[in-house]
Amino acid sequence: MTDAPHAIASPVTAPTAAPHRNGSDDALRDVAGAHLPIPKTKVLLWLVVLLFSCDFLFGVSQNPNFGWPVVADYFFSRTVLDGLIVTMSLAVVSMIIGVALGLPIAIGRMSSDPLARGLSGAFVWFFRGTPLLVQLILWYNLSILFPQISLSIPFGPTLAAWNSNDVITPLTAAIIGLALNEAAYMAEIIRGGLLSVERGQMETAEAFGMKRMRALRRIVIPQAMRTIVPPTGNQFISMIKATSLVSVIAMADLLYSVQSIYNRTFEVIPMLMVAVLWYLFITSVLSVFQSMIERYYARGDQQRVVFEKVETPAVTVETKEATQ
Amino acid sequence: MTALANPSTQTQPILRACNVHKSYGNNEVLKGIDLEIAPSEVVAILGPSGSGKSTFLRCINRLEEINKGFIEVEGEQIGYTLRNGKLLALTNSQVAAQRSKMGMVFQAFNLYPHMTVLQNVIEAPIGVHGVKRAEAVRVATELIAKVGLSDKLNAYPRQLSGGQQQRVAIARALAVQPKILLFDEPTSALDPELVGEVLSTMRDLAKQGLTMVVVTHEIGFAREAADRVVFMDGGHVVEQGTPDQVLSNPQHPRTKAFLGRFL
Ligand SMILES: Nc1ncnc2c1ncn2[C@@H]1O[C@H](COP(=O)(O)OP(=O)(O)O)[C@@H](O)[C@H]1O
Ligand SMILES: [Mg+2]
Repeated sequence: MTDAPHAIASPVTAPTAAPHRNGSDDALRDVAGAHLPIPKTKVLLWLVVLLFSCDFLFGVSQNPNFGWPVVADYFFSRTVLDGLIVTMSLAVVSMIIGVALGLPIAIGRMSSDPLARGLSGAFVWFFRGTPLLVQLILWYNLSILFPQISLSIPFGPTLAAWNSNDVITPLTAAIIGLALNEAAYMAEIIRGGLLSVERGQMETAEAFGMKRMRALRRIVIPQAMRTIVPPTGNQFISMIKATSLVSVIAMADLLYSVQSIYNRTFEVIPMLMVAVLWYLFITSVLSVFQSMIERYYARGDQQRVVFEKVETPAVTVETKEATQ
Repeated sequence: MTALANPSTQTQPILRACNVHKSYGNNEVLKGIDLEIAPSEVVAILGPSGSGKSTFLRCINRLEEINKGFIEVEGEQIGYTLRNGKLLALTNSQVAAQRSKMGMVFQAFNLYPHMTVLQNVIEAPIGVHGVKRAEAVRVATELIAKVGLSDKLNAYPRQLSGGQQQRVAIARALAVQPKILLFDEPTSALDPELVGEVLSTMRDLAKQGLTMVVVTHEIGFAREAADRVVFMDGGHVVEQGTPDQVLSNPQHPRTKAFLGRFL
C-alpha cells in the first residue's frame, strides 16, 4: 500500500478531517483530552532532594550542639524581643526616611537644573561611596567635629543653636546614619524606575496640561513602581541586617541582644540560632508583603493574563494585537 | 461650508501660527510655517515622512519650543506673554494651563496602562480642570459610549485592540472639552482592518463642529472629512486649499509626486 489510495479515500470517509489520515481515531486525537507524560526523571529528582532534606533537617533537630531547648527558652525572652523591636523600628523608620529622601534626590538627578543635579549627585556619591560603619561612627561622634549645631543665616546672625551632645544620642545617630545611607541607594533605585517608564507617558500627561509633579505622582511613579518594588524589598532586607552594625554605637539591636546573652551564658550557637530564626521569620513576612505590592502594581498586566485564560479566542486575538 | 473655506476673514482664528521655525541642533525642521485655523475647521496635514508634521503639532501644544515666530491659540500666545512691550516666557504651570485647552491623540495611543478605560478618560478632567468626580464619570461614560466602548469601561488598555485603544484615546482627548483637537497619524499604528473604526469616529467628530488638526496619510479621510488640506514638505507648507483643489488638482510638483504614490 502506498500513500496514494489514502489521499483519495480520506475526503470520502471523513470530509472534515485532514487529508492523509484515515480518520477513525480523530476523536482521540483531540488535544483537549491529552494526558501529560509521567516525568520520571523529575519525580526521581524530587524524591532524592526530599530524602536528603528530611535527613538533614532531622539531623539538625536531633543534634544536641544546636541546643534547641535553649533556643526555645530564649526565643521570646524580654532581651531578645526588645532587641527585635529596636531592629524592626530602626529598619522601618530609616527605610521610610530613606524612601522619602530618595525620591526627591532621584528627581533631582534627572532634573535639567544643574544645581539640583549637582547636589543630588554629590549626596549619592558620598553616602554610597563610604562604608556605612564609618558613617555611623562619624554621626555618633559628631560632637567632636561640630560641638554646636546652629541654625543661622550664612555669614550672618545665628537663629538657634543646640549642643551636639544633646542632639546626637545613639538612637538619632543610628537613624540618621542608616536613613541617609538608605536614601542614597533608594535614589538610584527610584531613578532607575522612573527611567524605565516610556517617555511618551510623561509627554502625554503634559500634553493634557498636567503639571510635572502631578504627572509624576499619577502617571509616571505608579508605572515605575513595578521596577522599583523588587530591589526595594532587597534593600529593606539588607537594612534589617545592616541594623546589626549599630551595636558599635551602643544600640541594643537583635544581634547585640543575643550577643549580650551568650556573653553571660556562653551558649553561643543556640543564641545565634535565635537571631537567625527571627531574621528568617521577618524576611519571610516581608517577602509576602512584597509579592502583594508587586501584584498590585502589575494590575494593568496581571489582568491580561487572567483575561486571556477566561475569554473566548476572539478576544485573545485582540490582546495580541494590542501589544503590537 | 463656504464660510469655513475662507476662514480668516470671518472670525478670529482659533489657531494662528506665524513664521514658525524649529531646529534640532543644526537640523532646521520647520522653516517658516504660516497657518490659520478657524473655529470648527477640520484641517488635514499631509506630507512625506520627515517633513516636520509631528514637530509642528508638538510645537502647537509646546511639547517642543519654537526658535522663531509665534503660535497663538484663541488669541493667546503659546509659551509667552507680551507685557509692557516685552515678551516674557511663561512658567511651566502657565504653559500647563494653556495646554489644558487642547486635546491630543498620538500615533502610539499613549494610554495610561495602569489605569482602566474610565480612569484614563477622567484623569485630566478631575486632575487638571477640577471637575467633580461624579460629573467627570458621567461625561466620560457618555464619551466612551460615543466611541462605542461602553462594555470596556473597566478594561485595562492592554486588553483592548489597537483600534479600541485609539478610540479610548479620542474619548480621553474629548473629555477635556478642548478648543482644538490635535491628531498625529492616529491610524498609522493600526492593522488595516482596524483603521476604519477610528476614522469613522473621527468623521463623526468633524461633523459635530470640533476644530481638528489631523496629520494623516489617509487620503480618503482628508477628502471626505477635511475642510482644508495642507501639504507640507521639507519644513514648508507647499500647498493648501480645499480637498478638491489639493487632492484632485495639485499645482506643486512635490504635491503631485506625493499624491502619485497613493494612486
Ligand atoms: N527630538 C528630536 N531630536 C532631533 N531631531 C528630531 C527630533 N524629532 C524630530 N526630529 C527630526 O525632525 C524631522 C521632522 O520630523 P517629524 O516632525 O517627526 O516628521 P513627520 O512627522 O513629518 O514625519 C526629522 O528629520 C526628524 O529626524
Ligand atoms: Mg510624524
